[in-house]
Amino acid sequence: MMSYSSAPRSLLLAGAFFGALTLTAAAQQPATPPAAGAAPAAAAPLPPGSPLIGRPADNEAAAKLAPIAPPPIPAAPDKLPTAKLKVPAGFNIEVYAAGMANARSLIEGDKGTVFAGTRLIDKVYAVVNKDGKRSVKVIASGLYRPNGLAFKDGTLYIAELSKISRIDKIEDNLDSAPKPTVIYSDLPKDEAHGWKFIGIGPDNKLYIPVGQPGNNVLHSDAHGLIKRINLDGSGAEVIARGVRNTVGFDWNPENKQLYFTDNGRDWMSEDLPEDELNRITKVGEHFGAPYCLQGNMVDPEFGWGKSCSDYTAPVGLLGPHSAALGMRFYTGNMFPKSYKNAIFIARHGSWNKTKKVGGDVLIARLNKDGTVKSVEPFLTGFVEDNKYIGRPVDVLQLKDGSLLVSDDYNGAVYRITYGKQKVAGAK
Amino acid sequence: MRKIVTALAFTVIASTANAETFQDRIAPCLACHGERGQSETENTPSLGAQQAPYTLIQLFMFREKLRSFEPMNEMAKALTDDDLRTFSDFIATIPKPAPPAEAGDPARMQRGQALGQQHHCNSCHNPDYSGKENVPRIANQREDYLAKTLGEYKDNSRHGYDGSMADVMGPITPEQIADLAHFIAHLR
Repeated sequence: MMSYSSAPRSLLLAGAFFGALTLTAAAQQPATPPAAGAAPAAAAPLPPGSPLIGRPADNEAAAKLAPIAPPPIPAAPDKLPTAKLKVPAGFNIEVYAAGMANARSLIEGDKGTVFAGTRLIDKVYAVVNKDGKRSVKVIASGLYRPNGLAFKDGTLYIAELSKISRIDKIEDNLDSAPKPTVIYSDLPKDEAHGWKFIGIGPDNKLYIPVGQPGNNVLHSDAHGLIKRINLDGSGAEVIARGVRNTVGFDWNPENKQLYFTDNGRDWMSEDLPEDELNRITKVGEHFGAPYCLQGNMVDPEFGWGKSCSDYTAPVGLLGPHSAALGMRFYTGNMFPKSYKNAIFIARHGSWNKTKKVGGDVLIARLNKDGTVKSVEPFLTGFVEDNKYIGRPVDVLQLKDGSLLVSDDYNGAVYRITYGKQKVAGAK
Repeated sequence: MRKIVTALAFTVIASTANAETFQDRIAPCLACHGERGQSETENTPSLGAQQAPYTLIQLFMFREKLRSFEPMNEMAKALTDDDLRTFSDFIATIPKPAPPAEAGDPARMQRGQALGQQHHCNSCHNPDYSGKENVPRIANQREDYLAKTLGEYKDNSRHGYDGSMADVMGPITPEQIADLAHFIAHLR
């Protein structure tokens, strides 16, 4: 319990003296670097979750790199970078909803409500479309890193850092949503890569990733995997291992295989390894991490005695440190035929790279056999002078075939349409 | 006692909502946190020259109750986004806190400096611990507040905006926290 005993005196003093004080006049001793003399200790191991693990010593460029914290306050709609964003000819981009601090994973309800999860705050938002008007509501708060969302038969599923919960009939109760009911909590509590994307497969099971608890670490069997459970929380089954940190996946509408993005390790090099696009062809596959990176290179630390041929290689590479996150197959009818069954992939953008990579949405087209035919930029413009002016997290195709893109840096969601621009509904 | 203080301070903010000057509004903050950037109040941080993006995040977290401390949750709850920005920007212009008059204990200073290097505190917080962007200035922060805060990160009772401080504090012992706090508070 903290003592507050001296505060009242200070308060009174403040009233009496504040006017007489100038804030710049106080004589200050200049700060000097820590005194020399203390023997520099041998570098101790960093904590397992630290993003600084593996950072080269005495390298000025590397010393400037650290994960980027977004501004806490969402950008006002007129301050969003919408006019700077570029889409291919024939496409249009507009603000779908704004003012949703840290909006990340997206899902659409049966009745057209769009839900957005968050990672740095405690809320889940609903974007409600009613009578031609669109409004944003908070439908759950007090949650811990509620990044992941899924929706099925009227029920919203929410993934916090270490538990999965559900709210039934959510779209009938948007103004007074009941508290989420926990259905599954057999999950580690690590902060590093602990936030989750979730999804419900064509098998009607809920898919849950558990990231590696740090940049590049040997870990327990409870980490570095994707598992699935029944919608009541029963029947947990690990379906993939060797997954470092996936924050987006979807099922190929043609062969029903699960495709997922996976973020590669940091601090190995500016240019290696690349983030991955993977697919699961059978239950129990191992995708390499932390032993084999990007399918063709053993890890400099943990790869000794290992061979990449023992692991499932990615079907596509998505750029070094680019933070490929949300991805979804496009099954709509609004976009041209060449987009049908292609994958939109949101890249949040690198922090562990001097010159930024990502901060865009890609379009990946597949061959008949499910391998990757091409990967091209689709939505760009989030990087200006090597700084982010926005960072895409998730993509979501709406029932009308338009595409939503969330931006957790600005707390906004954009909507991309194709063809002659209709008069936008009320914002 | 604490409730009374909170109520008092809050009244100062709330009752002056219209015609108040900015100095009127900042006065209750400085009453506890120190008029010249240097806090004289037990367990209460000095704010001088604090990094504006860090302060903005903390004020936002107090307002949204993502960081729990009742007096600050009360103070921040009626503030607008623009208020949060104005206060953060202003706080960055207050002179930074000065080192305490008494030099630190040499043995503890040496241990604290070594810990700061070992655990890479001096990389995100800068070699002179002045901080950058969302990483706070901690040089010459109050020793009691530093020790309290490091302890709260360690036992996860203070959630950071992201999880990095919880991870960093994992292997650090209570004795080491005391040395680190002593060293950072007495930097010259």
